[in-house]
Amino acid sequence: MTQKILAAHAGLDEVKAGQLIMANLDFVLGNDITSPVAINEFHKAGFSDVFDKEKVTMVMDHFAPNKDIKAATQCKQCREFCGEHSITHFYDVGDMGIEHALLPEKGLVGPGECIIGADSHTCTYGALGAFSTGVGSTDMCAGMARGKAWFKVPSAIKFNIIGRLPKYSTAKDVILHIIGMIGVDGALYRSMEFSGSGLKNLTMEDRLCMANMAIEAGAKNGIFAVDEVTLEYVKGRVDREFKIYEADEDAEYDEVYDIDLSKIKPTVSFPHLPENAKTFDEIEDVKIDQSVIGSCTNGRIEDLRAAAEILKGRKVAKNVRCIVIPATQAVYMQAMEEGLLKIFIEAGCAVSTPTCGPCLGGYMGILAKGERAVATTNRNFVGRMGHPESEVYLASPYVAAASAVTGKISQPSELV
Amino acid sequence: MKAKGFVHKYGDNVDTDVIIPARYLNTADHKELASHCMEDIDPDFVKNVKEGDIIVARANFGCGSSREHAPIAIKASGVSCVIASTFARIFYRNSINIGLPIIECDEASEKIDDGDEVEIDFESGVITNLTKNEAYTGQPFPDFLIDIINKGGLLNSLK
Repeated sequence: MTQKILAAHAGLDEVKAGQLIMANLDFVLGNDITSPVAINEFHKAGFSDVFDKEKVTMVMDHFAPNKDIKAATQCKQCREFCGEHSITHFYDVGDMGIEHALLPEKGLVGPGECIIGADSHTCTYGALGAFSTGVGSTDMCAGMARGKAWFKVPSAIKFNIIGRLPKYSTAKDVILHIIGMIGVDGALYRSMEFSGSGLKNLTMEDRLCMANMAIEAGAKNGIFAVDEVTLEYVKGRVDREFKIYEADEDAEYDEVYDIDLSKIKPTVSFPHLPENAKTFDEIEDVKIDQSVIGSCTNGRIEDLRAAAEILKGRKVAKNVRCIVIPATQAVYMQAMEEGLLKIFIEAGCAVSTPTCGPCLGGYMGILAKGERAVATTNRNFVGRMGHPESEVYLASPYVAAASAVTGKISQPSELV
Repeated sequence: MKAKGFVHKYGDNVDTDVIIPARYLNTADHKELASHCMEDIDPDFVKNVKEGDIIVARANFGCGSSREHAPIAIKASGVSCVIASTFARIFYRNSINIGLPIIECDEASEKIDDGDEVEIDFESGVITNLTKNEAYTGQPFPDFLIDIINKGGLLNSLK
């Protein structure tokens, strides 16, 4: 699938793994951390304008609402650049959300498109059947100016999804299981392709969560076959024509894995790599100080519903901070209308405006030396959420919520 | 095109969060980023690093975030080259785009030790360990990549 999308965007009939191509881009993304570097380069290189003001976006989500004077200065630089170049899709405090939740929700990315973003989790949009990958600020700058980027065509690993997830097992558990199986460089330079008869049992939010973490296996992109679930999701969001690409029956794959969803158990990735995935039969008591429910991986409405299902009528344990961060304003509003925010606040959680915040150790929940957090985020590297001697355990919203209640890493079944 | 210097050695999966922690990403200033380079994995790196020094690591160097601040911090520290058995793909791309030479070589990544003096010839891909009197062959750069690095990065090479 990836190769077909890249060929079409490079104006070629077909491409092969390893081939270097120059591709036309449908959308270019940056945030408040990566855009300033790109803007500086844009000016230094002497570019006068962006290639298409409808096809460039900057989302102020990482350190916004501004965490300090320097962060405020970076957002100001982005705001001024977008104003100067009349960029249509500039998202600032009040209408912004976490970029990888926001762009699919707004229909800015669609099936078959070729997208780069100066953020590693740009691979999220592969859930829609797009080719989408993270790049640095220099590539973002060149993409903004010329609407093009060079790529080395990746080979692919196929994940044949079958079956249906048991209650309390989620897409997050599936992707942590896969990363545990193949390792943090198991898909290095390659594409992870998800298809199979079980795909219909995964919602779009499930797919966004899984494609999001393709980078944690080192992949260039993660991509899902387009089906009725995809078409239902993009209906009313993507109002332009798009093309659906399908893998050939005889497509070549480096490896093929069967993933039976019915076998997936709640999974936790231990510090300090996402590949340290364990199921509860391998986990002893791990006391926690904080639980974070949010991020581009798990801050969507289905995630908040899962957390609320656990937290309803229960209380966050003494000496545990539970922080809930809806990923976008629309998710926030929906959670409010469904009464989820009330459940969170009554349970003793802090509910925040959308931001990446603690996921990358920015603000809104930094850990002290020796503290531990269970988080629905995507990385548990050394110092990721604060002090270099703090720890992050990656898990699903069910596990993060259950752990907030018990004060130790727990699965929902322990509460019943 | 060559690089020569003393080695700072690290292991597998050195991620961008330890190369430059996110708490310092509220600036794009190269010198300021360099002043926190490798802080969470090697607090003494900034004190010890000298112009021309070389970083050698094992597999998947630079994994994680797409922050270009990571290769920028390394380059602005004075490091002349990074050698690893493999690099995470965004880091690889970013390094070349900003003109930081990097080279993949499994043998060098295994055999070179902390403090060794090493010389790299990018055209041939030959890495010479002057301390141990050994040579290893890495993947040489194709001409277009040498051109990008010689000109100090992608955007300069497009001018």
